[in-house]
Amino acid sequence: MKRRASDEVFVGPWFDRRKLLQSAGLAAGLAFLPMFQVDAAPLRYGLKPLQLDAGVWMLAGVDEAISSDNGGAIANITIFDTKDGAVVVDTGPSKRYGLELDAIARQLTGKPVARVLLTHFHPDHVFGCQAFASEALAAPQGVVEGLKQSGEDFASAMYYLAGDWMRGTEVVLPAKAIVSGHEDIGERRFRYVVLQGHTPCDLAIFDERSGILVAGDLAFLDRAPTTPHADLKDWHASLKQLGEAQFSRLVPGHGPSEKDRRGLVQTGEWLSMIEEKITEAFDRGLSMTEAMAIPLPSWAEKIALSRYEFGRSVMHLYPKLEDALWPRVDTRSN
Amino acid sequence: MCLSRSSFAIFAAVICQYAVVVAPAQADSPKDPMNSPMWEDMREAFIGDASYQFDPRVKVIVPEVVENQAQVPVTVDARSLPGVQKIVVFADLNPLPHTLTLSPTAAAPFISFRLKVEQATPVRAAVLTEDGTWHVGGKFLSAAGGGCSSPAMARNKADWSLTVGNTRGRAWRQADGLARFRMTIKHPMDTGLAKGNIPAFYIDNVMVRATSGKVLAKVEMREPVSEDPTLTLMVRLPAEDRAIQVDSHDIDGNEFSSKIDVGWKQSQLNTRELQEMHP
Repeated sequence: MKRRASDEVFVGPWFDRRKLLQSAGLAAGLAFLPMFQVDAAPLRYGLKPLQLDAGVWMLAGVDEAISSDNGGAIANITIFDTKDGAVVVDTGPSKRYGLELDAIARQLTGKPVARVLLTHFHPDHVFGCQAFASEALAAPQGVVEGLKQSGEDFASAMYYLAGDWMRGTEVVLPAKAIVSGHEDIGERRFRYVVLQGHTPCDLAIFDERSGILVAGDLAFLDRAPTTPHADLKDWHASLKQLGEAQFSRLVPGHGPSEKDRRGLVQTGEWLSMIEEKITEAFDRGLSMTEAMAIPLPSWAEKIALSRYEFGRSVMHLYPKLEDALWPRVDTRSN
Repeated sequence: MCLSRSSFAIFAAVICQYAVVVAPAQADSPKDPMNSPMWEDMREAFIGDASYQFDPRVKVIVPEVVENQAQVPVTVDARSLPGVQKIVVFADLNPLPHTLTLSPTAAAPFISFRLKVEQATPVRAAVLTEDGTWHVGGKFLSAAGGGCSSPAMARNKADWSLTVGNTRGRAWRQADGLARFRMTIKHPMDTGLAKGNIPAFYIDNVMVRATSGKVLAKVEMREPVSEDPTLTLMVRLPAEDRAIQVDSHDIDGNEFSSKIDVGWKQSQLNTRELQEMHP
């Protein structure tokens, strides 16, 4: 292949930021990287807690795709105050985010973080773990397995998408395994429900004292759900189970926290809609890129990132449909 | 001081280069709209000295986000251009830029397939029309790296060789009279760039024929086409034909044949029906 040695200096968008940011030669490299932006002030997420109840706060993620503008801070994070210390649900997209989260949790509760719970293994929820003591980190075994398998690939993708925000971020595996049941931390009793559907292992957390249900990415609201590791049938079943619970307030993985069940209902409707639309496009013989362009119902088009996530879902679901629905046509199969 | 022979040669070469490279750029060599550092090499490799233009009628469609660098869906659509003879698809910054070449003998100048990308890159199609001009279209694909140097998924399975060549697919008669088919052939499509000394091993030739044996389309594939190549094409199948014949071979000489029925009605496919037909 023809490759000029001088290609190395064409950095535009074409270079591996993860390697670059991790490499000791960064300073030397900068001399040749005029397009690489160096911010004078260090990047800061500037997290603003939103109080949901007495001793309960949410850090709202933005309704955007992961980018170098938002540093990957797209998921909701929840903080509970207990007598024994703060309880944090999910840790955000980067080490930098985790450090800011730790500082905010200490500031809000006046105590160190006693427990960190991870709802699932996706990078926008787990890459702040380095900021916390490893014995405080807890997740269902399935989440740990997911991180073992995909953590490194997620890290590379995050470095590519979010850039400098990711500096120093590494995969951390939680030490404590969670199973369905309950755990008392200080005066609060947390009920853990290990479910599946958004990923092969999703944790929902119910705080009995406030009545708040933290659904992780099993629920999205006014922001299109993501499906890279989804099993739609399992997801619907999990939504049904959560829908039967009594709760005072729902914290979805993405989108606003509300007192009703709109997050559960809308997530279910979105999943049914994409399955119907994608199956129909597949059945008409459209290729993936053609299917990505079909119109959606107007209620769905209004949801943030609807086209972006619909396109992703086409890429996730099409190979499964090709495997399941097309007949064998090779001559030796006859 | 007298100019040495070698200095003169260099001087002459510089002048010549100036004349060859710069002069045509001012005269009739169009500027790459994507400003890729590899464009001149690509032009030399795929177009040579023939005349060319960047042409919006050549549409290259890629997703705005890529999660799986080993399976990036791409569509090349040159149906707005008359007299298309050949479509060459390449990705400037892939270690192996040439991806595939479609000769749509009796087919629409259209192809959908999936691509491995090693890093973010322009994805382009150079389309040759009857008048001998190349029309170039492209789109910048934003992606993290690794698609070409990762081993095929099949390499994780001990019995992958048993399923090589297994083909699934379906065909549809379109309202415009063309027969559209989509198919996927089990094949690792090894690039030769993955660790572990796995040599290149890929399907390099796909021939699409009518029942009479007449060639409707030819697709020459290269390493960057994704594992288990999945193609969408539209061919001018004679009205009386009931099936599309697809014959392919890989660079080790393995041959694969399939026959895709065109009698299927749209929107009436369900899994039970399929199970009854193919238990």
